[in-house]
Amino acid sequence: MKRSPLALFAGLYLIFLYAPIILLPLFAFNDGTIIAFPLRGFTLGWFADLANTPALHEATLNSLIIACSVAVLATCLGLFAARAVTRYKFPLKGGILGFIMLPLVLPEVIVAISLLVVLMQLGINASIFTIILGHTLLCMPFAIAILQGSFAGLDVSLEEAAVDLGETRAGAFRLVILPIVTPGIIASLLICFIISLDEFIIAFFLSGNEPTLPVYLWGQLRFPARLPVVMALGTILVTLSIVLLIVADIFRRRGLRRTGQSETGGFL
Amino acid sequence: MISPPLIYALLLLAVPLLTIILFSFWTQNFLTIDRTFTVANYAEALTDPLYRELMLRSLRIAGLVTAATVILAFPIAYFISFHVKPEKKALWLFLITIPFWTSYLIRIFLWRVILAYDGPVNGTLLELGIIDEPLSWILYNANAVVITLAHAFAPFAILPIFVSLEKIDRSLLEAARDLGEATTMTFIRVTLPLAMPGVLAAVLIVFIPTVGDYVTPRLVGGSGGTMIANMIYVQIFDLSNRPMGATLAVLAMLTVTITLAWFILHIRFWVHLSDRVGGGMLGLVLAVVAAVIDIAIVRWVFLHGPDWFGPAGSLGVLAAIMGGGAVLIALFVPKGRWGI
Repeated sequence: MKRSPLALFAGLYLIFLYAPIILLPLFAFNDGTIIAFPLRGFTLGWFADLANTPALHEATLNSLIIACSVAVLATCLGLFAARAVTRYKFPLKGGILGFIMLPLVLPEVIVAISLLVVLMQLGINASIFTIILGHTLLCMPFAIAILQGSFAGLDVSLEEAAVDLGETRAGAFRLVILPIVTPGIIASLLICFIISLDEFIIAFFLSGNEPTLPVYLWGQLRFPARLPVVMALGTILVTLSIVLLIVADIFRRRGLRRTGQSETGGFL
Repeated sequence: MISPPLIYALLLLAVPLLTIILFSFWTQNFLTIDRTFTVANYAEALTDPLYRELMLRSLRIAGLVTAATVILAFPIAYFISFHVKPEKKALWLFLITIPFWTSYLIRIFLWRVILAYDGPVNGTLLELGIIDEPLSWILYNANAVVITLAHAFAPFAILPIFVSLEKIDRSLLEAARDLGEATTMTFIRVTLPLAMPGVLAAVLIVFIPTVGDYVTPRLVGGSGGTMIANMIYVQIFDLSNRPMGATLAVLAMLTVTITLAWFILHIRFWVHLSDRVGGGMLGLVLAVVAAVIDIAIVRWVFLHGPDWFGPAGSLGVLAAIMGGGAVLIALFVPKGRWGI
């Protein structure tokens, strides 16, 4: 790599990208109630405060229930779509896939209010269940994108060989295909978990009186005195996301290698 | 095999979208909803200066965000594709996507901290003696929204541009240079046109969601940075006027679709202009000038049209200009290189 103006720009750009994430822990460990420089010294007090906030624990539990359910649901639905798209030809394939992928580009507010209006009209109260429905819709495109990667390099003859040797279709899928795409499935589960855990808009519109972590955070942003605690909570969330993301990426690459594809970086 | 996800998407996406379209033709009658079919909501949304201003501002902010994001993203994508060793590309892309996977809410909130009156940006600039007093134009207004969203959507712009740059056959660049083209001209006449599909994809992926962003205007926008999504929220939750909220949502989607269709058709025109003078620097300048004039005309009619032609009339004039232009371009300008 040459030392060119372009490299310098790339460096500055990375700083721009990471600025919020670098500042976050600084304020979370800072012994001062005001979120501003100069820093005042090191404390773990804000993290300790997190431990004795019951409302927060409730929100965390809600978020975990939602994120786990969404990860499983979206990945299952994603499996169907990814296998159908890579294995079979059917009419309107592009259109159907495009429609399922639509939540990727649609403004979230539109998705959220249309879901809300329908649920209100049906008399279904906003709850954890409605958030799970909304998040699954949002995570499905990501699950499909990741799983498509694992299915794409799959050799059809492997499955055919299993069927020729006397396995049923379902048996062949379970014994031959599933083990090969397992890393992709794990990556998809983790990514859907992260998206659901961090998602705010749909949760905000559909949560009713069962807030998720981001909705709880949003409520706390109004109280200046609570901001250091918010920073501490944010630090935990961001660290969790990054750790899960790295694990997910390791699995995704392993999956690609299993089917003999080259590793091109990053999701999406 | 496709059916479970398709049924899911139909039930939770198509049905709700159709429902809000239906809702937009109803009206709120205090506590009940009047289900007589009417276009009153649309008439109000399209003529009330407040809604028009919010819609235009949302489009302007989204346009600025898109421009800023794509212009900043291009050199990065170019750097990764052309200057980073192949085995390190994956790492770079991973580094760029990591921030995207962390909590959106927290990232946006931290921009409020960064841009604050006593925040690190002002602190550093004061320290360095670049400014004498803290900048006040970087928080609680449209600028702050643009900066913050340009950060939030960075990976969405970098990845498609990177993909299209990776697809460029490197021997084409060598050929251009062997034939005596300078490095800059090679870039303008070979690399840039070949990377345009990626740039267009980036524009679409950034523009559509940013028009409807809710969190950023609320956290860093102040009163001058409020956008259409905030108004939709106010209508539905604070004013309990769900039909009006639905109408604004439908209009927002329509406006985005029309704007993008107009934009894509006009790109054909701008590229055609550029090609007519042989491309290169002159072509680039000409295309940009044409783009600025085109956008200025539409914006002027939208803003000042009501004074001249009345609220409804101005929409007619706008439709005539945009539709007429589109038809002319579709009929007389040949399809460009990128199939648009």
